[in-house]
Amino acid sequence: MFATSCVTVSCEFYRRLINQRIRRGEAVVVTAEEIIDIVEEKGIKKAAKEVDVVTTGTFAPMCSSGAFINFKNSKPKIKAQKVWLNGINAYAGLAAADIYLGVTELPDEDLLNKVFPGSFKYGGGHVIEDLVAGKPIKLRAISYGTDCYPKKELKTVIDIKSVNQAILTNPRNAYQNYNVAINKYSDRNIYTYMGILKPNIGNANYCSAGQLSPLLNDPLYKTIGIGTKIFLGGGEGFVYWEGTQHNPRVKRGTNSVVRAPAGTLAVVGDLKGMSSEWLKGTSITGYGVTLTIGIGIPIPILSEDIVKYTAVKDEDIYTQIVDYSKDYPNGVNKSYGEVNYKQLRDGHIEIEGKQVPTGALSSYNKAREIAKILKDKIKKGRFELAKPVKSLSSGE
Amino acid sequence: MIRKRVVLTFPHEVVSQPVVYHLVKDYNLMINILRARVTPQEQGRLVVEISGSKKEMEAGMNYLAELNIDIQPLAQDIKWHESKCVHCTACIPHCPTNAIFLNRDTMKVSFDKQKCIACELCIPACPYQAIEIVI
Repeated sequence: MFATSCVTVSCEFYRRLINQRIRRGEAVVVTAEEIIDIVEEKGIKKAAKEVDVVTTGTFAPMCSSGAFINFKNSKPKIKAQKVWLNGINAYAGLAAADIYLGVTELPDEDLLNKVFPGSFKYGGGHVIEDLVAGKPIKLRAISYGTDCYPKKELKTVIDIKSVNQAILTNPRNAYQNYNVAINKYSDRNIYTYMGILKPNIGNANYCSAGQLSPLLNDPLYKTIGIGTKIFLGGGEGFVYWEGTQHNPRVKRGTNSVVRAPAGTLAVVGDLKGMSSEWLKGTSITGYGVTLTIGIGIPIPILSEDIVKYTAVKDEDIYTQIVDYSKDYPNGVNKSYGEVNYKQLRDGHIEIEGKQVPTGALSSYNKAREIAKILKDKIKKGRFELAKPVKSLSSGE
Repeated sequence: MIRKRVVLTFPHEVVSQPVVYHLVKDYNLMINILRARVTPQEQGRLVVEISGSKKEMEAGMNYLAELNIDIQPLAQDIKWHESKCVHCTACIPHCPTNAIFLNRDTMKVSFDKQKCIACELCIPACPYQAIEIVI
């Protein structure tokens, strides 16, 4: 099997074979952790012959996320102009009963960072978690009234069952690698989207599932493309485009793996089929709110090259250490060294001769769980592989 | 010799009294102050490790109770909600005593109440409000 791109004829042939094996319950599916041992034990050639699918996972805050909701119009009808869900403003510049709720939206009365650092207890991401958990959500809408939509104010309660559609839509997700954040120059704690960073490089925070992360197992986007079916928030979703800030033209190692933030995915899925276990409202002190999302992507083994990519280990994935006290906020692109994910996961890295403790925003434990869930679904014939209709830009 | 870690909450009228001095001098107790927060005119909160004989400890505790000082075991003071924790590890570098720790094989976070000194540094570091201080 020597396909080179996910949309070629030979590629489609092998994918169809794998789907047939999935339907018969014969597919050999392993996680991105398990393939490492298999390749070490049997070699790439044999692993390519024996394994059909490798599953990946990631569970981390994904700020560029939100949900389109059609709240089912009232009687008489309203052309919603401004809408709040549990006090959180949802964008209503759409058709009458359609709204978009962004996960970073905050209540109008939130103290923000006036008493620094703000705690940001509840926001758009929390509303989405509550909605998918089946909790009742208070909706308030106002409008100016028209002949066809006469109602000027609506106060009601919605839930996940009562709304017509609820579509999770993430224009940027599953970042391929990310910075390690430090506070090098400030003499106080700084409060960033990478968490609390202590002065004098007191800690280093990272955010990637490393060897389990989807795009680090498919570094040149050979199999993940537009149309790929994925595990999204506990339900099913799809890749619908390359994500915003997608930038494949960054420094890569000899294993083709990016050594800095690079590719991203735009994903979409039906919120009605998801679970609050995999969609968590998130409060980042001094920064704001967001949503932590579980994503899992199956990688079909279509060639020996793809086996090699999926067998990538934490110690072979490098990323850059970036200062968030002065450089990052001022747009200065500077690295204070490279570290790999084995060092990061072990709990300490060395920066400027100092042992620095590490913390993560991304949960490796949950990423592992997602890869296992996806593996089980595929093995049981409940999740087939979709054919991508277009490749993502690989910068080649 | 027994040892206990407690959170002492002082009513505002007691804040100005040398309570720790009396515990040491009158009741022969050893006091290790782990954390202190005093707001004059409101209340005080002292997290301490107290050591002494059983008899002296009892007498010291009675003295505190007579002053209407609330005594709470430290373990009850900090609450880690396992169901809310997603095991991300954002809190790990902020815990000075390894009371919150990570099993690097399972990559699961756990909480050892006995090691906690209620410094509260983990609370703002947790994005999921999984750790709270019970006052």
